[in-house]
Amino acid sequence: MSIQARNITKSFGDFKALDDVSLDVPKGKLVSLLGPSGSGKTTLLRILAGLEFCDPGTGGKVLFRGEDVSDVPAGQRRVGFVFQHYALFKHMTVARNIAFGMKVRKGAVKRSKSRIKKRVRELLELVQMDGFEDRFPSELSGGQRQRVALARALAVDPEVLLLDEPFGALDAKVRKDLRRWLRRFQEQLSLATVFVTHDQEEALELADEVVVMNDGRVEQVGAPQQVYDQPASPFIIEFLGNVNRLIAGLDGVRTEGKGVLYVRPHDVDIERATADDRFYALQARVQHIFSAGNYGRIQLERLSNHEPFEAEISRERLRELKLKPGDVVSVVFRHIRLFPEGRFFEMDVKDRRIVGLEGPPSRADE
Amino acid sequence: MPIILFRFRDLPIPRTRKAISESIFMRRVCISAAVLFLGLFLLIPLVSIFVEAFRYGLGVYLASFTDKYALAAIRLTLTVTVICVPLNTIFGVAAAWVISKHDFRAKSLLTTLIDLPFAVSPVIAGLLFILIFGAHGYFGPWLDQRNIRIVFALPGIVLATLFITFPFVARELIPIMQAQGREDEYAALTLGASGWRTFWHVTLPNVKWGLFYGVILCNARAMGEFGAVAVVSGNIRGLTSTMPLYIETLYLEYAMVSAFALSSVLALLALVTLILKNLIEWRQAALRGA
Repeated sequence: MSIQARNITKSFGDFKALDDVSLDVPKGKLVSLLGPSGSGKTTLLRILAGLEFCDPGTGGKVLFRGEDVSDVPAGQRRVGFVFQHYALFKHMTVARNIAFGMKVRKGAVKRSKSRIKKRVRELLELVQMDGFEDRFPSELSGGQRQRVALARALAVDPEVLLLDEPFGALDAKVRKDLRRWLRRFQEQLSLATVFVTHDQEEALELADEVVVMNDGRVEQVGAPQQVYDQPASPFIIEFLGNVNRLIAGLDGVRTEGKGVLYVRPHDVDIERATADDRFYALQARVQHIFSAGNYGRIQLERLSNHEPFEAEISRERLRELKLKPGDVVSVVFRHIRLFPEGRFFEMDVKDRRIVGLEGPPSRADE
Repeated sequence: MPIILFRFRDLPIPRTRKAISESIFMRRVCISAAVLFLGLFLLIPLVSIFVEAFRYGLGVYLASFTDKYALAAIRLTLTVTVICVPLNTIFGVAAAWVISKHDFRAKSLLTTLIDLPFAVSPVIAGLLFILIFGAHGYFGPWLDQRNIRIVFALPGIVLATLFITFPFVARELIPIMQAQGREDEYAALTLGASGWRTFWHVTLPNVKWGLFYGVILCNARAMGEFGAVAVVSGNIRGLTSTMPLYIETLYLEYAMVSAFALSSVLALLALVTLILKNLIEWRQAALRGA
């Protein structure tokens, strides 16, 4: 089933959590709502679930399968919701937690006791927790509780799955394992899924489509690769992945004022300072070298204006260069991004001049 | 490189000292002070009740309970308690639920009103009902016409006790329910449960120990209330005299043993309340540790 949100506006008192937000989740796809705290992503998720409602009179709508369900309460929307801290019922066993949704249904939809028991067992097998029927939530680890919460949400045969920071409360190793598991699980069930996260690595790894949100608005929607490689705004490039931010411009590209140039640490090459003043290189001083891990991270300081930035180079290259803190080196950027006057502009640098505080662009180009 | 004059582990460390404990002297002083206070103001009075009650032996003690006025007093206290405690439990749970699970403009006003009976002197509370329902009171003539007696009768005592004991259950539950948040309830809603089912199967079980403790406190206070009931009941021996009131009557008539015999029942109730409270706390600690 597809989900759509149209023109959602939601305020809490004076605080505008969502400002005219629209969203499209096609059938069977895994969509991630990604953004910093306060961006409105959880609020949007709860509005999809029917736990919150958009401000009246603003024309906001939620559509399931094309039907307007904006006034339908949560219990009747057939959504499976997994909360950030699982919200398992502490006084009930795992089996009773999972059966809860099935037991509270009335009338024709209600199942018999034996069928409920069978379904509970099936669901526990699905989340790989068979045998845990009689345990209490307090006896389970974080990852186990997560899976029980998922089983409980699935017990009511939802047509869409909504997850609120599903892995936020787990440690790194469990998070990675569960991420992989959720991906395979979702593909198996082919259930339209929306999950909220502030972890960009998680969003980029899991989602079919990433919706980047900030300050109650949608900044960009696209496939993970697209959002990472072609960010629509400075906010997105700074939020996704490590990036260096330098006050500089590019000869031939007109920018507002001094201009800001973005380059990813792995697009920074370091060479020993040479006598000839190549126009596409910056001079910088090495501040600190981190050599633990699978690549070398060099902290540098730009000679002209003491701006700090980072480079990631392979360990072999690090060994070749024999760098020491205090060395002056030449830095070459392989690929940069600019946002001149609200547009996104990226390029490979090779033969363009990087200009900055030393001087303004010499040729104005449109 | 800075010159290291001495290593940290070479400093002398007192063996029995932990980072956050007081000196042994301070600990002893504080504990002694607490024990002295409790002993003087709690233990000695409690023990002396029983000592006085049994001063002339078991026979005389038991005879105190065969007096018809004493029996009437006990019956009245029990009746009032049986009416007030369930009602205040329902009111308290409803108020706590509304305050902790919902947002509305009058919320802080309601929370303050719940604390009102604590702020008001019980005598004033009793007077309140006289002023409203008494013969010269606001509803006085109206009630008189229909021959309904509120003050100086059971309904008045019940109302006064309801007012006095109202906050106990609510005040016990509100912080618990607020700390638990609303996520469990939201979860139940997404699973299709109605408001009532959510309340009965999710909200209530989560607060059962707090509720139990609130009910115990409410019960103890309902049985022991003096000031408000003294004003509103008229203390008519055999008709509107509750246990605390009758104990005072006995005491004023120098029937000491009877007075202390009846007091011992209330004292026993206090002890049982304390024991149950400790059992609950012990139980909760055990559950948390699991």
